[in-house]
Amino acid sequence: MRYIEEYRNKEIARKILEQIKCISQKEINLMEVCGTHTVAIFRNGIKEILPPHINLISGPGCPVCVTPLRYIDEIIALSREDNFIITTFGDMMKVPGSTSTLEREKARGAEVRIVYSTLDALKIASDNPSKKVVFMGVGFETTSPTIAWAILKAEEEKIKNFLVLSAAKIMPPAMKQILESEEVHIDGFICPGHVSAIIGSYPYNFIPSQYGIPCVISGFEPLDILQSIFRLVKQIEKKEAKVEIQYKRVVKPEGNRIALEKINKVFTLVDAEWRGIGKIPLSGLEIREEYASFNARKLNVPVEETREIEGCRCGEVLRGVITPPECRLFKNICTPENPQGACMVSSEGTCAAYYQYGRKR
Amino acid sequence: MCLAIPGKVKKISNDHTAEIEIGGIVKKANLDLIPQVAVGDYVLLHAGFAIEVIDQEEALEILRAWEGK
Repeated sequence: MRYIEEYRNKEIARKILEQIKCISQKEINLMEVCGTHTVAIFRNGIKEILPPHINLISGPGCPVCVTPLRYIDEIIALSREDNFIITTFGDMMKVPGSTSTLEREKARGAEVRIVYSTLDALKIASDNPSKKVVFMGVGFETTSPTIAWAILKAEEEKIKNFLVLSAAKIMPPAMKQILESEEVHIDGFICPGHVSAIIGSYPYNFIPSQYGIPCVISGFEPLDILQSIFRLVKQIEKKEAKVEIQYKRVVKPEGNRIALEKINKVFTLVDAEWRGIGKIPLSGLEIREEYASFNARKLNVPVEETREIEGCRCGEVLRGVITPPECRLFKNICTPENPQGACMVSSEGTCAAYYQYGRKR
Repeated sequence: MCLAIPGKVKKISNDHTAEIEIGGIVKKANLDLIPQVAVGDYVLLHAGFAIEVIDQEEALEILRAWEGK
């Protein structure tokens, strides 16, 4: 496939790797923020081929993983109401809430439908005018324009039974939080390519300017990731700190203006809870008052009290403080078939990636 | 979840949707986020939407830079 195969060329990979080995001297920690990068790194064995002093740490960029218990409890409460259809991306089905999951609620008779796109959710709403159709608005900046689009379309076409329960989040404040907490030492960020296709490169500028840490916005194929690591190592060795775009075939410094306009039109920034990390100021996207009739949260359905999952260390995994094998539950009672924490649920979760690819580093 | 796949625009309809070919499979996608797209362009597909056009010059550039080394 075009734009995939050519970025898997072994000969070029070898050249980049040689260069990395040539210039890299000191022990460094690079964080890949995005869950899609985590999976690509594991699948391609990138940790194994890097020099041992370049350490890759997985960050909080899996939207399924950082969705808080409270949000799952909210959607479960809605699914138990009469005449509701819950529509969701498939990976949310198994995410544990305080006492249940959507998958269990579906087995008990709740109407939960897996969709591939907000387009499908909107179609379900227009086909079922007597029911309230709630879309689980989970995702980062890559996905949030498609959620905003659906709300604008519902308004335009007067599809009044379409609602969204938003847990949409933005990435840069979470990176700031990780740097502020100082729990883990980071020398460079591999920034998310598809989030950046929407937001561009400017929102990361505070990272080099305030914290002196280099950032490279990376594509997802092996050559993209190796090149990004090469550029980070180069910046670190030269004692530079700037935001570079490796994924230039997709990412422009200003991002996708139309997508950003849609996000800003429908959503407003609010403080948001991230599973395992806590509240991060102005990191969540809530539906603006002008579109309140599409906001499922405004229905004020009573939600059960939140109960944390005992023993689960997803929080520390998401902050890059521990690796999954350091958690007592990992592979023991927490598996992809029976996940205890969210990082094992999503295929892009760090725990699921460690489980699937069984690496030690 | 931020997975997006490159595909080639085969046909554009009046309702801002397109047929996109991805490795031999044709998928329908909404074009409202990148209205400037043309037939023959490669786009990135995410959750039913084309989210960005792939810049073919930039795509080659980054490979050329290493091929000579």
